[in-house]
Amino acid sequence: MNDVTTTVGPVAQRARPVYVLRGVTKTFPRRNVQALESVDLTLTEGSFSSVIGASGCGKSTLLKIMAGLVPPTAGSVVLEGAPVVGPRKDIGMMFQQATLFPWRTVVENIVLPIEIRDGRAAARAAHGHARELLEMAGLNGFEQVYPGELSGGMAQRAAICRMLICEPSVLLLDEPFSALDELTRDFMNMELQRICTSRNATAFLVTHSIQEAVILSDRVYVMSPRPGRFVEQVDVDLPRPRTLDMMTTPRFGALVDRIRARLDKGAFL
Amino acid sequence: MSTTDEALARGGDAPTAHASTVWVEEVSWVDRLPRWASMTMIFVAFVGIWELTCRSGLVSPIILPTPARTGQELITVGTNLLTGSYMLAPLAVTLTEVFYGFLLATALGFTLGVIVGETTFGERAVMPYLVALDTMPKVAFAPLFIAWLGFGVESKVALATFIATFPIIVGTAAGLHAADENARMLFKTMGATRWQTLIKMKLPTGLPHFFTGLKIGAVGVMAGAITGEFLGGGKGFGELIRVASTNLDTARVFALIIYLSILGLALFMGVSWAQRRFVFWQKSSTIAEPT
Repeated sequence: MNDVTTTVGPVAQRARPVYVLRGVTKTFPRRNVQALESVDLTLTEGSFSSVIGASGCGKSTLLKIMAGLVPPTAGSVVLEGAPVVGPRKDIGMMFQQATLFPWRTVVENIVLPIEIRDGRAAARAAHGHARELLEMAGLNGFEQVYPGELSGGMAQRAAICRMLICEPSVLLLDEPFSALDELTRDFMNMELQRICTSRNATAFLVTHSIQEAVILSDRVYVMSPRPGRFVEQVDVDLPRPRTLDMMTTPRFGALVDRIRARLDKGAFL
Repeated sequence: MSTTDEALARGGDAPTAHASTVWVEEVSWVDRLPRWASMTMIFVAFVGIWELTCRSGLVSPIILPTPARTGQELITVGTNLLTGSYMLAPLAVTLTEVFYGFLLATALGFTLGVIVGETTFGERAVMPYLVALDTMPKVAFAPLFIAWLGFGVESKVALATFIATFPIIVGTAAGLHAADENARMLFKTMGATRWQTLIKMKLPTGLPHFFTGLKIGAVGVMAGAITGEFLGGGKGFGELIRVASTNLDTARVFALIIYLSILGLALFMGVSWAQRRFVFWQKSSTIAEPT
């Protein structure tokens, strides 16, 4: 267990900070709940970070604050030098459910964010870009199909395309593949890695799967509830690109054990 | 395969080693009938009981005409309508009432439904009054409508609209609440305005509910128009029924009611068709299924 380093890796030190959170606190006075207590977080460009914790530890609240969907009670959220005070174009978000709209074809679903922001003409102009994204996501030839005909994994691929259509600089992922079966999930995680690497995207993943967090991330934040705060950060020094085979290595096992131990101690009290 | 057989053969306690496990799930023959056959069966049984009741002599033929008499009247009324005789004009009157009633109810129901379903104010302040209005026996308003709008088509349209509007309001409002948290959040992340969220997400999501409201409304609009004609006179199909029943011509009454129900069914099927057309992503199988 001692061989797991918690010092900041050399890569993280060199890269440019993209997302900076300082003292982010969230309380729900009506329910008298402190959801988040003074969370500090810095995401560097091209890094992949995860936050892991039990249900209700405030990780989804954190993600919503980062996305500008919910205001924090105190603290600051700064993305690319500008404070986040509402939804932003340079933030791409993905949820557990693909949430494709059944009355729109796949390509129409993907250009929806453009249609909302810049109107129908701009959305039509983006069809070419959407096709490129579909090709990248392995959904070639599904442009004109309605979502009802897609499998769960294919729907999430389409959701990835929709997230990427506005060229976001950061990706916020709220348990994106947890509704999929395990085989598909592993595969999709590797796809996600490929996509993030190829675009040098900064990604932040909320999950409650330790394995998923370790295999994808450069750094894993362990969160404990009431009030939600980071109790540990674990740097994952497995080489990139990650492969599913790494999940059987002793190093991977040691990292998983370390996180699990931390969760057992703090998270379920 | 063979090893399994050997294993079974060695295990002496298995009574028959090669016993087949192929079995058929039992489905009653009634459930296996094709739809047309089961529907015909019900129809034949219904007419049979009707005929028997007439023949038993327990019921006076003035109160209950025989199926044959009713069939004759169906033909008489049908020929009258097809040849453009005196019954066609009343049918046109009733159709006009139903048409305008349905149009008004749809417009009014949709508008109020959006107000009630989309705004907190509407939900808090308007909805209670609408519910109160709906719980009133709406037919009791007929004399008022006649006093206000006269004995013409207008008072019938008013009653039909009054009866049909509420289910459309409820359908629309329920539809606007049907969008799930994920879809709302997604639209929020895209920076959508309230109007965009309504037009591009909430309304399409709610379409199935809206159509359910329309279907219930379609039934109500027929009831409203005919009730209006019973209570307020006029020149519609309801008046024909009233006259026939005053003359104790029950077979004629039956025939007219059957033609009216065909009209109602046509309206209902029209809405169903529109639903399949506009809510193409939802696969619904039967005509009566309200979702």
